[in-house]
Amino acid sequence: MSEKYTTRERLKIDRQKMSEQDPQVRNANFAEVNLGLQEKVALLEAERCLQCRDPKCVSGCPVMVNIPRFLDLLSEGNLAGAAQSLLSDNALPSVTGRVCPQETQCEIECIRGHKGLPVAVGYLERYVGDWAQGHRDQVPMQVAPATGRRVAVVGAGPGGLTAAGELARRGHEVTVFEALHKPGGVLVYGIPEFRLPKKIVEDEVSRLEQAGVKIVCNTVIGRTYTIQELRAEFDAIFIANGAGLPVFMNVPGENFKGVYSANEYLTRVNLMSAYQFPRADTPVLLGRRVATVGGGNVAMDSARTAKRIGAEASMIVYRRTRKEMPARAEEIHHAEQEGIEFEFLVAPVEVVGNEKRWVTGLKCVRMKLGEPDASGRARPEIIPGSEFVIPCDVVVVAIGTRANPLLTATCPELKLNKWGNIVVDEQGMTSLPGVFAGGDIVRGAATVILAMGDGKRAAAAMDEYLKTAPRLSRSAAVAV
Amino acid sequence: MHEIIAKQGLSPNVTRLDVKAPRIAQIRQPGQFVIVHLAEGAERIPLTIADADPERGTIALVIQAVGKSTRDLVALEPGQAIAGIAGPLGKPTELIEKGRALCVGGGVGTAVVHPIAQGLKRRGIPVHSIIGGRSREWVIFEPELRQLGEVTVCTDDGSYGRKGFVTDAARELLAAGGIDMVYAVGPVPMMRAVVNLTRPLGVPTIVSLNPVMVDGTGMCGGCRVTVGGQTLFACVDGPEFDGHHVDFDGLMDRLGTYREFEQRASQACEAGQCRVGLH
Ligand SMILES: Cc1cc2nc3c(=O)[nH]c(=O)nc-3n(C[C@H](O)[C@H](O)[C@H](O)COP(=O)(O)OP(=O)(O)OC[C@H]3O[C@@H](n4cnc5c(N)ncnc54)[C@H](O)[C@@H]3O)c2cc1C
Ligand SMILES: Cc1cc2nc3c(=O)[nH]c(=O)nc-3n(C[C@H](O)[C@H](O)[C@H](O)COP(=O)(O)OP(=O)(O)OC[C@H]3O[C@@H](n4cnc5c(N)ncnc54)[C@H](O)[C@@H]3O)c2cc1C
Ligand code: SF4
Ligand code: SF4
Ligand code: FES
Repeated sequence: MSEKYTTRERLKIDRQKMSEQDPQVRNANFAEVNLGLQEKVALLEAERCLQCRDPKCVSGCPVMVNIPRFLDLLSEGNLAGAAQSLLSDNALPSVTGRVCPQETQCEIECIRGHKGLPVAVGYLERYVGDWAQGHRDQVPMQVAPATGRRVAVVGAGPGGLTAAGELARRGHEVTVFEALHKPGGVLVYGIPEFRLPKKIVEDEVSRLEQAGVKIVCNTVIGRTYTIQELRAEFDAIFIANGAGLPVFMNVPGENFKGVYSANEYLTRVNLMSAYQFPRADTPVLLGRRVATVGGGNVAMDSARTAKRIGAEASMIVYRRTRKEMPARAEEIHHAEQEGIEFEFLVAPVEVVGNEKRWVTGLKCVRMKLGEPDASGRARPEIIPGSEFVIPCDVVVVAIGTRANPLLTATCPELKLNKWGNIVVDEQGMTSLPGVFAGGDIVRGAATVILAMGDGKRAAAAMDEYLKTAPRLSRSAAVAV
Repeated sequence: MHEIIAKQGLSPNVTRLDVKAPRIAQIRQPGQFVIVHLAEGAERIPLTIADADPERGTIALVIQAVGKSTRDLVALEPGQAIAGIAGPLGKPTELIEKGRALCVGGGVGTAVVHPIAQGLKRRGIPVHSIIGGRSREWVIFEPELRQLGEVTVCTDDGSYGRKGFVTDAARELLAAGGIDMVYAVGPVPMMRAVVNLTRPLGVPTIVSLNPVMVDGTGMCGGCRVTVGGQTLFACVDGPEFDGHHVDFDGLMDRLGTYREFEQRASQACEAGQCRVGLH
């Protein structure tokens, strides 16, 4: 801890704010909302950390980032040290600093928060992560001597990329197979540019490539190669293919023109840049009034995207109240600032269309909250006779995703649970020896940091596994 | 990158490209398709694997230029390349084990029927193909199909083969009996007409659906179709389905989702903003 402040003085420093684009300007562009901290401000915020002997913040973080250590180095202005420390715990701090639900993880536990506001761990993580991206030479990736082992990673989302980095660092030869034409997973096709610039993911991918990781896009495991074919070629495999199967509402009218899954809507706009049509070739229905069903990050991203591509009204339809919304607090707040309208305690029962089968509205019922359900949240109940129609021309369904069965269906040897998620042991190993899995395909739709944590843990377990695993005689069937 | 090895015009608006894609050439099965992504900024579009040469490591794409993306593709010349080809996608065709098969191909659908006939022939199933086009120059894949079995060619104007629609010829052949399975691929109205012929006869009929797709992996749900009252994703559950249970109206309708955009894209394309030749 720097000597500049006494604890008393430290306690007097107010939590620093991050500057943001003006809501009325940003709701019409795709540039990042949060503008980042100035160095001076970041260092000052780092001074707010009390360097607790029992840092509760660390236990709030799913991957136990050593928060006081990197904050201490940061407060001293030792950015390279802070970055080194942070990166050894978390491979993608520029990402997690932006998208982690800090208010329910590290920051909620922060002892500094007992009196006043918690240390802005997320902002500082972002600050240090971004600094590291701009100063690669000062935080080089130390790669161990080659082990001669080949490992495959399926899926280039946060789980797969983290595992790839960790495995490469340990000297293994890593090949990542990605179904889409661009690596990043949800970070590139789901989470919009205004929340997570694509450049951050691209930078990270190029860093992995420099460390020798081979990324093979347009390769669908289960189709182009099966897991069993990969097993014949690679000494170990990590599966992180995510939970990309959209759930629909199963209400009448859901196939009318103008109804999108959030996955499709966001993929068109983000991955395929539909907002630039006709400069980019992929179109998306613009919609004057867009109703998004759901209350999570995915719903916020969709509703805020709709506003940005020109919707006069962009509405969130959620069956509970603001309090129960699973989205990050900051996203809800930003959405409100940007003029997204919220319909709480409302559930859709039908998509209404005209004679040409274009969407004209969303028929809903009003709900009231009853007894808590299994998740502890109040169970919404229908208020009889409360039907009404929200006029709209585009409906985006953002009520969740499930395990995509494409890969698992072609590898029946992989044990699944009843929801189709892959079952793993404590090491992250599946029912197939040498095949590990993590992220959303194991947990169901979860978070970026949990997927990354899985990738890191599995990489360590794979490294152990490889120490004793038999060496393969290869058939070179998988030509990459 | 996937290099174009050969290019051939098959009809006034249908072009065959033989493209380097060794892995896909090796393992593709009848009924499967690829998602083609020409270059950064391009659309991802589905195209059937019409044929493959595993030795040369190429697949044949037979492309009807109907809009911006297909026109950009057919403007490619040998030596140029396609950035991304993902596949083989979709479920392979359910090929019958015994009996006789009828393959009906309309327009560019004839190229989709070709690998099915190939698969059947490989199993020793006798195949009769009925193919058609507006007039003589629109008939494609006739020589290839002749190598696999009997072929009846129909043209709307009678300029080649028999005059009339493929459904007319199919009606007669089905009436004669002895057909155990029909594979029909072509424009939606054609597939619907074939299904309407075979339904009363109780002849099982497989059709190949062409909804708008994005990822081709079951991730977006954009390709959803209704079959037997169930919502299915054509890219993973299909693209071939039991024709007797397909909601063709629903398919036709959803295909119209981007009509306005398609017109705008085509206009922009004509105004010289195409990715043509990638210059
Ligand atoms: C719109 C949206 C917003 C979100 N916002 C947040 C947020 O703010 N904070 C947060 O913590 N979490 C958020 N999440 C959740 C988070 O993104 C996911 O939990 C996380 O990305 C899961 O990582 P993963 O590596 O398991 O899978 P994914 O990110 O889903 O990546 C899986 C990758 O595997 C590829 N793949 C799939 N099948 C195959 C196959 N057969 N062969 C080869 N490749 C395949 C996919 O194309 C994809 O690239 C959000 C999710 C969405 C959709
Ligand atoms: C499984 C499958 C296999 C196919 N095989 C072939 C083939 O072998 N040869 C061939 O010529 N065509 C094939 N198609 C159709 C081909 O994908 C479309 O013609 C093409 O995407 C049109 O793009 P465009 O920009 O040129 O035309 P547009 O002007 O965009 O559209 C013209 C027509 O194509 C449809 N379409 C537009 N975008 C898509 C998309 N992303 N996916 C599917 N359809 C779309 C539109 O609804 C419209 O009817 C296939 C489609 C599917 C689903
Ligand atoms: S990874 Fe997420 S939860 Fe952990 S310290 Fe960083 S922001 Fe907090
Ligand atoms: S709990 Fe808060 S104050 Fe204590 S070490 Fe962690 S971040 Fe610093
Ligand atoms: S194309 Fe996206 S689910 Fe089929």
